[in-house]
Amino acid sequence: MLYSEKVMDHFRNPRNVGEIENADGVGEVGNAKCGDIMKVYLKIDNDTISDVKFKTFGCGSAIASSSMATEMIKGKPLSEALSLTNKAVAEALDGLPAHKLHCSVLAEEAVKAAVKDYYDKNGIAYDHEQLCDGNCACCHEHDNEGDGEDKS
Amino acid sequence: MKVYADNAATTMMSKTAKEAMMPYFDVVYGNPSSLYSFGQDAKTALEDARAKVAKALNADPKEIYFTSGGSEADNQAILSSAIIGARKGKKHIISTKFEHHAVLHTLNKLEKQGYEITLLDVHESGIVTADEVAAAIREDTCLVTVMFANNEIGTIQPIKEIGAVCREKGVLFHTDAVQAVAHVPVDVKDMNIDMLSLSGHKFHGPKGVGALYVKKGILISNLIEGGAQERGKRAGTENVPAIVGMAAALEESVLHMDENIAKITAMREQLIEGLSKIPHGKLNGDRNVRVPGTVNFCFEGIEGESLLLLLDDAGIAASSGSACTSGSLDPSHVLLAIGLPHEVAHGSLRLSICEYNTPEEIAHIIENVPKVVEYLRSMSPVWEDLKKGVKEYVIQ
Repeated sequence: MLYSEKVMDHFRNPRNVGEIENADGVGEVGNAKCGDIMKVYLKIDNDTISDVKFKTFGCGSAIASSSMATEMIKGKPLSEALSLTNKAVAEALDGLPAHKLHCSVLAEEAVKAAVKDYYDKNGIAYDHEQLCDGNCACCHEHDNEGDGEDKS
Repeated sequence: MKVYADNAATTMMSKTAKEAMMPYFDVVYGNPSSLYSFGQDAKTALEDARAKVAKALNADPKEIYFTSGGSEADNQAILSSAIIGARKGKKHIISTKFEHHAVLHTLNKLEKQGYEITLLDVHESGIVTADEVAAAIREDTCLVTVMFANNEIGTIQPIKEIGAVCREKGVLFHTDAVQAVAHVPVDVKDMNIDMLSLSGHKFHGPKGVGALYVKKGILISNLIEGGAQERGKRAGTENVPAIVGMAAALEESVLHMDENIAKITAMREQLIEGLSKIPHGKLNGDRNVRVPGTVNFCFEGIEGESLLLLLDDAGIAASSGSACTSGSLDPSHVLLAIGLPHEVAHGSLRLSICEYNTPEEIAHIIENVPKVVEYLRSMSPVWEDLKKGVKEYVIQ
């Protein structure tokens, strides 16, 4: 099996799918050209993520990574969302295949892009180094992996 | 219900092929190169198999070389032609943009060695024309290699016409016919083919065995050096059981070709009609000029790997040209070659059926694909943008 049971569970039964009307922060990262786009919606009350939803265009691990990342930040203070790492998302999924690790990177970036959007909208100062504006990881992660599979 | 709809990837072995092979594991197990009867019985089986394969292609048995499969046959045909060309100072090769990687990667290798490669467009139809091939032929062209039928979208190329052009201009013509042999009529003489590759497991034979047809008079080179097997052109003790199985499968397929074509084409039409109802989706490649069993659709707003995983949950085995299923960054080179933008090519689905499928199975596919597409669209930000008009649909 390509994926762990945890990945398949989050892929088959993704948590927090959908949109939030009038979300406090929205982040979209990725690029349809590369085959992955994640969009995260945050509802924030008193510096706490009271609700989170996502929509994802992408492969099984992209959907599972979005699902897991949103689970990991739901109900948590914003500071915890900011310390979310792609490694933690991948570990929580019991690992991802090497060429799918960029999906967890994208999940981290989507969450942070949504937080950034919240900060920007509310004029809250933040460390620019810490917050990505999206579109960084998608297209360069697996340039050198060749195209192994036979589609004959 | 379990539905295997990935016959362009590989097929189930036929009972005929399996039974034909059995004695060659533990009864007639001699080495065909040995002089005693154990060996000579195996040799007889090998030559019977060669005669059957030759007959299926309208070739002479001496023109058939057994290989480990289609990829080896493609490599040997192309590299041999390159060597023949180089001797005459001809180092230009013509092919198409949507060949199998066994051809494209071999051509890449030759390019690094100083050969010049022209890859022709295949248009939205997925078909190159003989005129385009003729126009690309130069004084220094040593080989034209064009696949018989495309493995991802199933479109058939005008092989006979391309062969005629090559004959007229004195250029070698090879065709990768892995997706065509045993599925549609193939006649190397009538179609002016100099070299042809085929693979056993694409027509209910075993895996790991194939053949290269080489027209009499063309001197091919070895990929594998060693013993004198295959008239000195492919060393290594012959895989007798697999060769016998492949020949039996081919003979059976050719015998039933007309009825299989009728049966599979009817199911394919059912499939195209059913899946064409999905909005913002389209059939890739020419509607009619295609092998009986292969269809390829694109559905906007979704990604192919998640589509395959959910179809697998519904019992359907299919394939996709999305980047995620290929392990590379780009979606299928075939879908890009027929002009699909990246984002649409990611949402592709290939279904390839055979005579063992049933209309009930096709109905199961037609029932499930739209549901999965709709579900994935409901969670896709791309689909959301398309629906809201933020982005424009590529497929109307």
